[in-house]
Amino acid sequence: MSEKELKTPLVDELEEGPWPSFVKEIKSLDNPKAKDLLGVLERSYRDKVGHWKHGGLVGVMGYGGGVIGRYNDLPDEFPEVAAFHTLRVNHPAGWFYTSDVLRKLCDVWEEHGSGLTNMHGSTGDIIFLGCSTEELEPTFKKLTELGFDLGGSGSCLRTPSCCNGMARCEWACYDTMALTYDLTMEYQDELHRPPFPYKFKFKMAGCANDCVASIARADMSIIGTWKDEIRIDADAVKEYAEAGDLDILVDVVSRCPTKCMSWDGQELLIDDADCVKCMHCINAMPKALAPGKDRGATILVGSKAPIIGGALLSSVMVPFLKMEPPYEDLKELVDALWELWGEHGKNRERIGEFIQRIGLGNFLDQIGLDPTPEMIAQPRANPYIFYELDDEDEYEDDED
Amino acid sequence: MSEEVSVQEVADAMYQLVKETYGKKNLKPMDLTKAMFSQYGRDRCSKQTCKAAIRELIDNGRCIYSYIGGSYVTLPPES
Ligand code: SF4
Ligand code: SF4
Repeated sequence: MSEKELKTPLVDELEEGPWPSFVKEIKSLDNPKAKDLLGVLERSYRDKVGHWKHGGLVGVMGYGGGVIGRYNDLPDEFPEVAAFHTLRVNHPAGWFYTSDVLRKLCDVWEEHGSGLTNMHGSTGDIIFLGCSTEELEPTFKKLTELGFDLGGSGSCLRTPSCCNGMARCEWACYDTMALTYDLTMEYQDELHRPPFPYKFKFKMAGCANDCVASIARADMSIIGTWKDEIRIDADAVKEYAEAGDLDILVDVVSRCPTKCMSWDGQELLIDDADCVKCMHCINAMPKALAPGKDRGATILVGSKAPIIGGALLSSVMVPFLKMEPPYEDLKELVDALWELWGEHGKNRERIGEFIQRIGLGNFLDQIGLDPTPEMIAQPRANPYIFYELDDEDEYEDDED
Repeated sequence: MSEEVSVQEVADAMYQLVKETYGKKNLKPMDLTKAMFSQYGRDRCSKQTCKAAIRELIDNGRCIYSYIGGSYVTLPPES
């Protein structure tokens, strides 16, 4: 197909409009792979079926993740993309690069692959799109020489990712990038050698703004929070009031989800015992309010964001944990979760689905955590937690 | 307590199982581990030993990982 003039009228429509167009980008490569890639896409649009198959036996020696096999089912028509595998390359925590290393990555990819990248995939990795089977090992070798490694895919730990945290953001309640790096190094085996019933994702967010959407798409969401009081700069509050751009009563106080704030026109008060650390007031008045100083993270488990249906949000497992190296408590919890789910999870069952199947009460029992009120999203929303009185308590109640 | 079985022996037993079930059943690493628990008993064969045995099989190329909706341990195409 590459030799002939390729007509792609349906795909070309995606070049119209003022927004960025992946079709324009692919065309700009002007190589035979790019042409055949657009040809397959045109055929898919025309036939209304996908022409890609994925999976199979491709990979690099010793690894069970990092390469996603892709083949098109029209190899005679589009030979340049007959095998067009995806490589997931483990990104640096917080996605910081030097321009020099970006150029080198692109050089490797232009030499060995299609030259097409996706910076970054939804898991966070650098995505190299379009590698032939023969070029997998040479590409991997060049990447390791540059100091890069493959990320996770399949039933592996997926590449951990985080918000920029302390590198750029004053709200970060722990060092998300340090934890991401630590977990990546600690769990190399789980990243490269699939041990689980299905994928497992860690996502680290420095505060409840959750810029990496960890609560919606990580099997373990580690979200920064604080235990003490929100810091209030009364003079700055006054400045907000005097400037008049913000109606403190309407825009801040009345939107507090637990109604734990009050404002009499002079003084802003917060009942911190009822604050759920949602970040709303801090986002609204960043010069006047700031997270407390006793900081750590809330550990939530169980979300997944599938493309078709059945989305789940994470649920709280540990309301507050200090996030300091070597993160022993966190790793102890992770090991307990993996041990239980690894052995009893069904094939392709995410840990959130596993918890739903066996019940949160049983799950907590098995991993040795006590139920806490923070695990309940709304009253009567978690009917599968039962508080069991021990025998002595029951006798006392009977006697009353 | 009886003596712990060696990584090599577990790797050989796992390889045998992968060979016998090839084309009939896809085995996940945990399926292999559970099979070894029943064959040797948990007191003689730990999860760590099974993990090391799978690594041995993959690193020396006797087995490879495959992905068919999930990750499995299987034989390389040429065998
Ligand atoms: S999640 Fe919070 S700490 Fe992280 S970048 Fe967003 S606002 Fe900043
Ligand atoms: S952080 Fe949220 S819950 Fe806490 S006081 Fe502010 S708005 Fe209310």
